[in-house]
Amino acid sequence: MNTDMTTFDERAERRWANGKTSWRSVDLGSVEVIPPGEGRTFVVQQTEIAVFRQRDGQLFAVDNHCPHRGGPLADGIVGGGTVICPLHARKFDLATGRCQGEEMPLRTYLVRVVNHRILLELP
Amino acid sequence: MTREQRERLVVIGNGMAGTRVVEEILQRDVHRFAITMFGAEPYGNYNRILLSNVLNGSQRSEEIFLNPLNWYSKKGIQLHAGVKALYIDRQRRVVVGQPMRTTAAAYGLDGCEQTAPRCEAPYDKVIIATGSRPFVPPIEGKEKTGVFQFRTIDDCDQIAAYAAQCRTAVVIGGGLLGLEAARGLLTHGVEVTVLEALPQLMAAQLDAEAAALLKEAMEQMGVQVLLEKVSTHIFGDGRVSGLQFADGSSFATDMVVISAGIRPIVEIATDSGLTVEKGIVCDDQMRTSDPNIFSVGECVQHRGVLYGLVDPIWEQAATLAEVITDRNPDAAYTGSKLATKLKVMGVQLASMGATKAMHPDDEVVVYREPSRGVYKKLVIRENTLIGAILLGETDTAGVLTQMFTLESALPERRADLLFGSSSGAPILSVFDLPDHAQICNCNGVSKGCIKEAIQVGKCKSVTQLGAHTKAGTGCGSCKSLMLQLLEVYAGEVVEDPSEHYYVPGMPLTKPELIAAIRAFSLKSVSAVFLTLANGKEDPGSKAGLASLLKSLWPHEYEDERDARFINDRVHANIQRDGTFSVIPRIYGGVTSAAELKKIAEVAEKYQAKMVKFTGGQRIDLLGFKKADLPAIWQELGMPSGHAYTKAFRTCKSCVGTDFCRYGLGDSIALSQKIERRFQGVESPHKMKLATAGCPRNCSEAYVKDLGAVAIEGGQWELYIGGAAGGSVRKGDLLCTVNTHEEVLTMMGRFMQYYRENGKYLERTYGFVERLGIDTLRDVLVRDTEGICARLDEEIAAAVAAYKDPWAEATAPVTAGQFSAPVEVQVREREAVHA
Ligand code: SRM
Ligand SMILES: Cc1cc2nc3c(=O)[nH]c(=O)nc-3n(C[C@H](O)[C@H](O)[C@H](O)COP(=O)(O)OP(=O)(O)OC[C@H]3O[C@@H](n4cnc5c(N)ncnc54)[C@H](O)[C@@H]3O)c2cc1C
Ligand code: SF4
Ligand code: FES
Repeated sequence: MNTDMTTFDERAERRWANGKTSWRSVDLGSVEVIPPGEGRTFVVQQTEIAVFRQRDGQLFAVDNHCPHRGGPLADGIVGGGTVICPLHARKFDLATGRCQGEEMPLRTYLVRVVNHRILLELP
Repeated sequence: MTREQRERLVVIGNGMAGTRVVEEILQRDVHRFAITMFGAEPYGNYNRILLSNVLNGSQRSEEIFLNPLNWYSKKGIQLHAGVKALYIDRQRRVVVGQPMRTTAAAYGLDGCEQTAPRCEAPYDKVIIATGSRPFVPPIEGKEKTGVFQFRTIDDCDQIAAYAAQCRTAVVIGGGLLGLEAARGLLTHGVEVTVLEALPQLMAAQLDAEAAALLKEAMEQMGVQVLLEKVSTHIFGDGRVSGLQFADGSSFATDMVVISAGIRPIVEIATDSGLTVEKGIVCDDQMRTSDPNIFSVGECVQHRGVLYGLVDPIWEQAATLAEVITDRNPDAAYTGSKLATKLKVMGVQLASMGATKAMHPDDEVVVYREPSRGVYKKLVIRENTLIGAILLGETDTAGVLTQMFTLESALPERRADLLFGSSSGAPILSVFDLPDHAQICNCNGVSKGCIKEAIQVGKCKSVTQLGAHTKAGTGCGSCKSLMLQLLEVYAGEVVEDPSEHYYVPGMPLTKPELIAAIRAFSLKSVSAVFLTLANGKEDPGSKAGLASLLKSLWPHEYEDERDARFINDRVHANIQRDGTFSVIPRIYGGVTSAAELKKIAEVAEKYQAKMVKFTGGQRIDLLGFKKADLPAIWQELGMPSGHAYTKAFRTCKSCVGTDFCRYGLGDSIALSQKIERRFQGVESPHKMKLATAGCPRNCSEAYVKDLGAVAIEGGQWELYIGGAAGGSVRKGDLLCTVNTHEEVLTMMGRFMQYYRENGKYLERTYGFVERLGIDTLRDVLVRDTEGICARLDEEIAAAVAAYKDPWAEATAPVTAGQFSAPVEVQVREREAVHA
């Protein structure tokens, strides 16, 4: 479905520009598994990945472990393309993984919706 | 001018210094030179500083490039990437180079593909920027598989790949880089040990005391540190399996990273007949012993000093650009004073200059707070700062660095230098700084540059300045100076209005926000964002908005679960390891054998990591998995104790009249009535209560949000606004009443008033103090505003609406509300985008 492709955003474009033409996509299930505005944890190849579905429909995926003290980010509060860690409230930009004042960005993953299913790209 | 007509500049070394100087030259004069660069690494220029991040996995290597390959072609620079310059033929004025073997280390002594054809680049001027190579101490067996150095992207990749097959790793060298390497290795799942030959870590930057604290901090993080270990021998059959020390002991390990210092790469200068001592000798114009050959970066020896950090390199590059473009042939680099910062996640450390007094008249100021791992030290000579160490807390590092490099006079109160000024006035007046003073040391932004951004670029905030100049976007320690500059050069000092906002993300005070919510009839958090913030959600504001909306629309509020903090989504308290604690309600602290049995069974079955009596007279079951919560609640069959939320918490009680010889009133019965009535009532912050059977106050009722104390004559005193947490405050006496029923009424009335008028996250101790007990007595006891009846009704409605949140055990509200992480299988698949 074409409308679903809107979440195929500039991060993906950048990746394309770097010449990568295929990836491993992992099907995480129907979009409904994540309630609007919340995050859920998926374990892919032993790595915990937090996937968020913002109320505006945008999806984001980042490492579930906060680089500060390992807080579970999927349990954080999300909005405006950011997530706040539930343990000590550090705030991360979900598109870049960056956090104000922290040197260590989070690892981010590409994620999008195709045919109502959530697909995660593995680097 | 065509490329052929321009002067020919050849730059040897395509690292941070070489590329920076080219950028500086192009900024001054794009047409002056036809530029050719040699780079032994087969890449464009990247930010070597960030290799620490690449190693710890927080940045990908492709993210740290400063100048990707197409930058060179765009600028018309001919780059020989992966080609090493061998020597400079000063007779013929050509630089001779040869391609590297792809597997060779860029900084190795040889490594060229001997059979590959050499290339030549004719020159009028040459800049040597070959940097350094890691120093490898004379250790037998250092060529074994599994021994690494840490200097290039390739090193990083190799270390990471090898670590994947290792259980343990050793870093030889406890300096800045060694510690960063150790922290990076931790993230690859190996057990890491740092071996330092000296009796302390970071001997160049720290005194023994700071070094000992740093060692503790590293060990807490999981990095083992062994001091006074001189490695003599790496053993293993082809691959590393252990180390032998000079003291005869040994240590088993799967891999070794050597980080024992750096040595300048000078052979090209030596082979070309230039003057070389420890480094390539340069004058203040960065000129070598040949007037047409210059040098910058870590390979340089200037006034007898070699530098190993980027700050001085930026200064050298700027000077050289002035000189070589003839903008200012007399520009001079006169040396740098250095401050360093450790980039190890979780450790704050800044250090500059001397680490101890070196002269009998030197003044030393030290502050120690070992419990928090804080240590601060200043070394002062003739009222100027000649050295400083800040460990554990580096708030004043920015100002101290300025004072240190500018040698400015210090304030009389030395404490201001350690903790910031007590009066709030700036410690170092930015006025006094010359325009060339560097404000942002991470990005090399000067005061003049920031001034221009404010005056010409019309920047008004730290964020705008950051976007404009990059200042403050690195470690952030210069932000206080940026603020001062804004104050001075942007004219008036604007108070930050956000202090008065109800929530940070919406520029409205509480009354303004309430008015807007009512005007547009906004019933959900997302509706508020859509209408009042153009749909831009601010996660930091969600919980506050939810709390406000709920109190404004008790019946019509649309409860969106994503606006809640995790505790309030799963009705338990999140712990440091991501598990949850469960505290069932135990009314008045009185339990029974049957209840205790159920608790014990659940604790055992779901493997509570700890069972603990709380300070609130009930039992905490700690360390449960989120997914087990529904089953736990069902099996307990007890209601939630609300120990996780902003609501009525507990009512503690003493034993009271039933048993105590002093008891004047039945505190247990009262406290149970209170808990049954107010359980689950939400409020701006938590409310903790107690009842005491006499003024001996065994249940600490004087220091509770609400406390009832029995007095002679069967009466109850009602105290409000007490606190015994982070703030300690004795509650104020609101009134004295005769019966339990009256206590319940007055407590409910105060709670409702607090619910309506408290700020989000304002405890009653702040609230009572803000309004004053006299006002509260007027409103709540004398009913001067005529609202008491309404308050009583509203709280009764809130009480009636109580539902045990643990009932969601059988009826989850959102998909996967309590779900465990979902395991996903990976299979190969082609791109869907075509
Ligand atoms: C479990 C308990 C400690 C214990 O083992 O005894 C506890 C545990 C926590 N307290 Fe407490 N407090 C506990 C009694 C207290 C008390 C004593 C009391 O209630 O009689 C106080 C002082 C009274 C007070 O509240 O002022 C107390 C003052 C605090 C404070 C400081 C509040 C303040 O404004 O001064 C916080 C921090 C906060 O609320 O922001 C806090 C926050 C916390 C949190 C919830 C921290 C958090 O947000 O995760 C702790 C959860 C630990 C965990 O991982 O589960 N806890 N805490 C006690 C639970 C009581 C209960 O049965 O509900
Ligand atoms: C992991 C790490 C973390 C660091 N962290 C910090 C920090 O937090 N703060 C800080 O200020 N500094 C830090 N540094 C130091 C900083 O990176 C260096 O000071 C800086 O890179 C030096 O720049 P340079 O151009 O002189 O040398 P380099 O960046 O090493 O560049 C020299 C380049 O020249 C090439 N080369 C050498 N010989 C030849 C030849 N004959 N022909 C062609 N090419 C040649 C080399 O391969 C190299 O690419 C860190 C360094 C490392 C390794
Ligand atoms: S005092 Fe309270 S908040 Fe602090 S550690 Fe103990 S339980 Fe946690
Ligand atoms: S663990 Fe995430 S902010 Fe502390």
